Amino acid sequence: MTALGYNFGYLDENTKRMIRRALLKAVAVPGHQVPFGAREMPLPYGWGTGGIAVTASVIGAGDRLKVIDQGADDTTNAVSIRRFFAKVAGVETTERTGEATIIQTRHRIPETGLREGQILVYQVPMPEPLFRLEPRVAETRRMHALADYGLMHVKLYEDIARHGHVAISYNYPVLVGGRYLMSPSPIPAFDNPKMDRMPALQLFGAGREKRIYAVPPYTSVKSLDFEDHPFRPVRADAPCALCGSRESYLDEVVVDDKGGRMFVCSDTDYCNTRQAAREAAE
Amino acid sequence: MSALLEASGLALRFGAVPALDDVSLEVFPGEVVAIVGESGSGKTTLLRVLSGMMRPEAGEVRYRDPEGGLHLVHDMGEAAQRRLHRTDWGFVHQNPRDGLRMRVSAGGNIGERLMAVGARHYGQIRAEADEWLRRVEIDPARIDGMPALFSGGMQQRLQIARTLVTRPRLVFMDEPTGGLDVSVQARLLDMIRALVADLGLAVVIVTHDIAAARLLAHRLLVMRRGQVVEHGLTDRVLDDPQHEYTQLLVASVLAA
Repeated sequence: MTALGYNFGYLDENTKRMIRRALLKAVAVPGHQVPFGAREMPLPYGWGTGGIAVTASVIGAGDRLKVIDQGADDTTNAVSIRRFFAKVAGVETTERTGEATIIQTRHRIPETGLREGQILVYQVPMPEPLFRLEPRVAETRRMHALADYGLMHVKLYEDIARHGHVAISYNYPVLVGGRYLMSPSPIPAFDNPKMDRMPALQLFGAGREKRIYAVPPYTSVKSLDFEDHPFRPVRADAPCALCGSRESYLDEVVVDDKGGRMFVCSDTDYCNTRQAAREAAE
Repeated sequence: MSALLEASGLALRFGAVPALDDVSLEVFPGEVVAIVGESGSGKTTLLRVLSGMMRPEAGEVRYRDPEGGLHLVHDMGEAAQRRLHRTDWGFVHQNPRDGLRMRVSAGGNIGERLMAVGARHYGQIRAEADEWLRRVEIDPARIDGMPALFSGGMQQRLQIARTLVTRPRLVFMDEPTGGLDVSVQARLLDMIRALVADLGLAVVIVTHDIAAARLLAHRLLVMRRGQVVEHGLTDRVLDDPQHEYTQLLVASVLAA
């Protein structure tokens, strides 16, 4: 049941149209950051305003929405955003990756492979992958325009010289379609390979920085590396304590004050499905 | 042999002050050309115009690529100019802090140009950095050291290594020995001379140090108030100065 007094999906139609135009441009130039006019949202910047604006612009009455925060469906942020869209758009929501048509995510890609027709919307705090290396925005734009990305490799070189390996565990820079350097938003490097040639459409919204970018289906997304130091996704070396998975990305949970800890899947839907399947088998 | 770099009729004014007044210049492959003159004579401005960093009001600068094609430096577009600056050309700044990344290790500084032109093999980049540190007489054990912890002379040598690592054909140097003490200057000049001869570099060097010019340069241009008042072979100009300003300049050199 849609709340009264709001336009469908909270944003007004003109704003949606403006954001859709930015999205079309972003899809046409994969990995390129397109500016858009971020609107005031009923939650503060940094809580997913960019992602919500994008979701609000692409959602339709027939969509089924899933929202995750660090892979979990049941955290405050995920629950609030899901409830928000249930209220202002009257859409169905779900926790099942396979059943959702739109998945808004903060900092994870679901373990279950996505398929054609699904849209993955990322919440992005900082869209510029070069911002720690080059403080001048005008200069970073020029570097993107000229595909002048030597500086990013200098950063990787420095990591290997200092630590023996590339010490970036999340927000690991990628090259999209062989052209644009892109920040994958702070997903773990473990998730980077899932972006490459993904059948689903990936949209990125940065509310505070007012940038939208996109990766169309089946676009190549390569993590930067060296020939003799190839990209290696990191994962805690343990099975999930709840479902036993050795493939999924794990969260480390401290369980007492004596150094006790356990590793569990960060993707709650994936973990629950596996646990249910195991119980059914027993 | 045809010139690597040709400039003709360059003119540029800063308000009422003429910084360049009808300056023409040719640089041939493997040749070192020094531009001397007092502060404010337009030396550095000329270097900036020649290297495409500044646009002149009149005149043009043409660069001949290895295939023999001539390019107008100021009309080639930013992307082409950048490519030139990180492959065929190099620029050594007076202050090494302008040419180095102070928060990146010595090895990373040398490797940056290699990576910018597509080197993607860590081991090879590192080996190249090691080799270049030796060539500029820096202890290779300091490959992971920060330039901020290097002495002024070492920083300047590191900047030279970083510039030469992609084997440019033409290098612009803006007072490379400025701000260094005399013994360090002498070693640096010696090193630059050896590298230039080894690599067959063409160099345009700006300096107010007549002794440095005599040591390095094949040809000399003397500038005053934006004009080239005298030019010729270094020894000829310094031993037999024709223009009164050159005579004054040569007479002002302190003999130790």
